[in-house]
Amino acid sequence: MVSEDIHSKEGIFRLLSSICDPEIPVVSIEEMGMLRDVIFHEHSCEVIITPTYTGCPAMGIIEDDIIALLKQHGVQEPKVTLVYSPAWTTDWMTETTKQKLRDFGIAAPMHSSCSSWIKPANAHVHCPRCNSKNTKVVSQFGSTACKALYSCNDCKEPFDYFKCH
Amino acid sequence: MTTHNALYKYLLFLGDNGLIQGHRLSELCSNGPILEEDLAMTNLALDHIGRAQAFLKYAGEVEGKGRTEDDLAYKRGEREFYNNLIAELPNGDFACTMARMLIVSSFEYLLFTALCTSKNATIAAIAAKAVKEAKYHFMHSRDWCYRLGKGTEESHRRLQNGFNEFWMFTGELFEMDADFAALANDGIGADLTVLKPQWLTLVQPILADSNIAIPNVDYMQTGSRNGIHTEYLGHILSEMQYLQRAYPDAKW
Repeated sequence: MVSEDIHSKEGIFRLLSSICDPEIPVVSIEEMGMLRDVIFHEHSCEVIITPTYTGCPAMGIIEDDIIALLKQHGVQEPKVTLVYSPAWTTDWMTETTKQKLRDFGIAAPMHSSCSSWIKPANAHVHCPRCNSKNTKVVSQFGSTACKALYSCNDCKEPFDYFKCH
Repeated sequence: MTTHNALYKYLLFLGDNGLIQGHRLSELCSNGPILEEDLAMTNLALDHIGRAQAFLKYAGEVEGKGRTEDDLAYKRGEREFYNNLIAELPNGDFACTMARMLIVSSFEYLLFTALCTSKNATIAAIAAKAVKEAKYHFMHSRDWCYRLGKGTEESHRRLQNGFNEFWMFTGELFEMDADFAALANDGIGADLTVLKPQWLTLVQPILADSNIAIPNVDYMQTGSRNGIHTEYLGHILSEMQYLQRAYPDAKW
């Protein structure tokens, strides 16, 4: 087991970087932008997280995972606090993170400015398999709250698109 | 001046709209017309229940009697619910469901946009999240309105029928009472009367493009601000609350 400095924010962040969103196992909660802060109190350590969607059913598991991992590393009285502000956005994902999603078969989110709904932008979702932009929406709502269902007109594969949010 | 009780009631209004609408939509799980829409309905339900959880949790804190969001969801009677009546009405067919979602999601989009600037930081934070979700719900139901309204004779008839059924419940969305007015005045709640023309501006062109006539109604249903509901709410609660009523404080 790699020992991390459990008394610094950076150490805790490094430790928690092994925890993934259970529904997208290639990206950590830090890369997703859900891990916001760590606050040290006199006798406890408080981890601040934010949900992707208000009803995200993965939050309970993520909270349990964080507490279990911190306890395993000797952190005294770890606790997790859920905050809604600032509201999570896919714009917090780095290009590296987006590439991990693509490699996993999920089209990465476009910048949130794409979702102008009065006049839908001429933005194209690229197929994560063949990179074609000749794709179509099958359903705005996919297998999880954060994804939409697309299919590629060229390679004919269906795929998930991580909605910009 | 906003009273403590007014804020509590307002949070119940926000939470109950999500809870009851979400519960209605969840009834379509495994009953959707096609697999993709089955998934969509349950996603919509999830977003609504997620926001209900956030608002009701805060309502419990404001009330200060140690009640959790689950206590408020499962242990209140019908007359203590403040959701808009439209949320509790049966789903009807798929066209009806989409007609209601267009009405509700466009209203929610405007309401949460307004609440993003609430002086109450918790309301503003939840609203900032909910507004993004409501936008997706709106786009989804709008696309279905176009598709059904401009589809076959039958799909058009069913969609028009849906709007005919629900239109008399649209007046209540914008109703203010003394508590709502006090909250709006203090910059905590939204002034719903201001939202009404915005809502019409948003919805009217979609109906026109979907070949749907705006129903003529002489009378708008009302009551929920005072906890007066249609007969349907009691039936929802009897199902939703059954377990906690039969086995109080059961956990799993």
